[in-house]
Amino acid sequence: MTMPADQTQIEVPFTLNGSEIVVRVEPSERLLDTLRYHLAMTGTKEGCGEGECGACTVNMNGLPVNSCLVPTYQARGAEIETIESVQHGSVHPLHSTGATQCGACTPGVVMSAMWLLKNRDKLDTHTVRELMAGNLCRCTGYDGIVNGVESALGLGSDE
Amino acid sequence: MCADQPPLRTEGLSKLTGAERFVDDLAIEGCLWGMTARSPLPRGKIREIRYGNGVDWSEFVVVDHNDIPGPNQIRLLELDQPVLASDQIRHIHEAVVLVAHPSREMCRRAVDQIEIIIDPEPGIFDFRVTPREDQIQHGTDNVLSDLGICKGDVEAALASADHVIEGVYETGAQEHVYIENQGMAAWVDGDVIVVQGSMQCPYYVLNSLTHALDRDESKIRVVQAPTGGGFGGKEDYPSNLAIHAALLAMKAKQPVKIIYDRSEDMAATTKRHPARVRHRTGVTSDGRLVAQDIEMVIDAGAYITLSPVVLSRGIIHAGGPYACDNVRISGRAMLTNSVPYGAFRGFGAPQSLFALERHLDVIARQLGIDPVEIRRRNLVRDGQSTATGQVINDGTDRIELLELAVAQSGYTQKQAAHTEFNASSQFMRRGIGLATFFHGGGFTGSGEDYLKSKLHVLGKPDGSIEILAASTEMGQGAQTIFISLASNRLGLEHSDVVVATPDTFRVPNSGPTVASRTAMVVGRLIERACDDLRKQCGLKDDARGESVRHAIRQWHVTHPGETLLGRAQYERPPHVQWDEKTYKGDAYGTFAWGTYVAEVEIDLRTYQCRVLDFHAVQEVGTVLNETLATGQIQGGVVQGIGWALLEECVMEQGAFKNCQLTNYIIPTAQDVPTIHVTFLENPYEHGGGGSKGIGELPMDGPAPAILNAIADALGIEPNRIPLTPERLMEHVLDDHAC
Ligand code: FES
Ligand code: FES
Repeated sequence: MTMPADQTQIEVPFTLNGSEIVVRVEPSERLLDTLRYHLAMTGTKEGCGEGECGACTVNMNGLPVNSCLVPTYQARGAEIETIESVQHGSVHPLHSTGATQCGACTPGVVMSAMWLLKNRDKLDTHTVRELMAGNLCRCTGYDGIVNGVESALGLGSDE
Repeated sequence: MCADQPPLRTEGLSKLTGAERFVDDLAIEGCLWGMTARSPLPRGKIREIRYGNGVDWSEFVVVDHNDIPGPNQIRLLELDQPVLASDQIRHIHEAVVLVAHPSREMCRRAVDQIEIIIDPEPGIFDFRVTPREDQIQHGTDNVLSDLGICKGDVEAALASADHVIEGVYETGAQEHVYIENQGMAAWVDGDVIVVQGSMQCPYYVLNSLTHALDRDESKIRVVQAPTGGGFGGKEDYPSNLAIHAALLAMKAKQPVKIIYDRSEDMAATTKRHPARVRHRTGVTSDGRLVAQDIEMVIDAGAYITLSPVVLSRGIIHAGGPYACDNVRISGRAMLTNSVPYGAFRGFGAPQSLFALERHLDVIARQLGIDPVEIRRRNLVRDGQSTATGQVINDGTDRIELLELAVAQSGYTQKQAAHTEFNASSQFMRRGIGLATFFHGGGFTGSGEDYLKSKLHVLGKPDGSIEILAASTEMGQGAQTIFISLASNRLGLEHSDVVVATPDTFRVPNSGPTVASRTAMVVGRLIERACDDLRKQCGLKDDARGESVRHAIRQWHVTHPGETLLGRAQYERPPHVQWDEKTYKGDAYGTFAWGTYVAEVEIDLRTYQCRVLDFHAVQEVGTVLNETLATGQIQGGVVQGIGWALLEECVMEQGAFKNCQLTNYIIPTAQDVPTIHVTFLENPYEHGGGGSKGIGELPMDGPAPAILNAIADALGIEPNRIPLTPERLMEHVLDDHAC
């Protein structure tokens, strides 16, 4: 028994990269798919669909979350920020240290890095490597990423 | 840093800002989703396919083997693998039926409704045992490939050696885990079928499509989409996916995209070949190798795919970078009913080098010689030869390389510090280990001769140039390197050079993007095509910069509407002589050389092993871009750390049980230390910009260096990877029991 689609869909208002929007989605739809397939904002990537790789990282009310694990209805009223909100100038430190190779993990890495830049106090209790451990990268071996984050933070390299 | 900063990755900003469009990101008008129904059993005959009534089948496009216009074969080295199984099933998850629908969720439901009923037959899942009669599926013995190398007189040398030391070493499968899953889109454009997706080798895909679709290559267009990692995993499998997507698109008369999710990708696509390598080695009392008798067996899985060439590279590297006068190496690739294994960074060499480098430490310990010293004594000097009789004469000082790695890692000081640490710590043990190794650049033997790669450089009316090549960017930095090589050759600005999207309607076949050949072999073609372009413009060999731009513009003034192409085709360097029948001669134009040192710490309560420090020292010819080259090494080393310690493919009846990132564990930033990278540079005159291959080398050294460090820390001789905490615990407890 399937109900007509428009009867099961729900309306979800939220703020996306500073603009207020409303989307109509199936109750089970993932925020990742809403962004990618409904809003054509394909910067956010899917790597695993189960909360392991971090490629789908977006900021929700100031916290990094795996958008593959967030049902879109949970974004009701939330402030969502995606890779599309990141200023080009701010990624230069990551560019120059070789933080991206294939680019599939990169939007998630950048979102985590941007969050860390705004939450430096986390470094009192955690290392950069710990704070970036939620983003799997199969290409760089992580030095390019760690060095880029440290240079953006104005720290030396991790020697 | 006083040296010039290397140019930044060309497409880096696009990747860092999420603007790069991978195949799953492409908006294609009217596109359907495609999905695959797969065999639930590893071997048997298909009796019936039932389509359940849980979906309305009139909404779906359904494709099976009857819809294939040409032969039901995936053309690669051989033709043994079907596009869609019609009758015989050879492995679990074998593709049988394809469906397409506007909704991905509906595709999932439809696949669930397809029941493939199979009369089971006995499968074989252990490549190390002799198959029973009823398990034979190829020839008389399931041997898909059988190769051998012979130098000197091994039996005589073993008989007269001071010691003969034996060992057996095993390596497990490894999953690529490129972060972008496999994906392909296809559509019909007039009488042309267009396929676009994630791939390393557009012309391999084209070659498989022309065969299975029985169409001329002028009627099939293959375009690479930005590719989110490959590591060999997108060398051959994209051909399967491209044919699947094309069949659906042809039947649907609408575009179709197939994007695997992670667990389908892990379950159904290729992995690194599991291997077992036996060594029987004759040595003198002072540790000189006098005879190497080596037998390598790999698990090919259910179809041949690339196994014979993986095996070939495996055995050629099995004797290592050492001078030994008597060597016998045999290799076999065995058919099993596992999902076919395929290319993975290193291509057989990591498996055989793991065995060799581990075995060398076993020998050293038995003889009471330090692992560094045994390598010092045996490393090949210029004028000496490898197992295939290839005389090494490249001027690289391999002893210097070894000494540099020893010095930089603080090897000797750490040995002393560890003795003290281990005596004083109740639960923690530290150790240090190394591996010395080599990796041949480009295709093995006559491979490059067969490929005869072609490349064009297009001179445009505005004086800029475009590089036309089928070589793909998949994260390794090919585009950036190509632009540097061309701009250096012609004295142009980087902004004067662009690299064409690999599109078989536009670019010539510069060969597959594999075997660490892109900068070295294809890069050299760029330089020669640039020279040819200069010649066509009537310029002297030393013309550079504005005179080149000006001449290109002038050429277009005098040849309106014509195309200005500088061309180059591969030519074998004169020094390379290889005999394919006897496996003697120059297996590769050149080798890159490495010494890697790992320091580890093991917690005897949890059997967790941490890599505390890692030094990678290598000679790779000229380093073309330090940031990119360093990133290649660091990324390869971390894949090697994963293979050595974490990445276990749990196989049951040929199925990958832990095919999720939740339970197949790859290293995170937190699991690995800084990878210290040092390059020695010895330009290779036949490589682009003096480069040798670099991509695969870093996969060879980490696993043996790490296991040698564990052996050093615990006084055990582990012979199998991945050495997970569970395995290590068993090893230590077993060792104490006897
Ligand atoms: S796709 Fe969301 S964590 Fe991997
Ligand atoms: S850059 Fe390829 S996975 Fe990180």
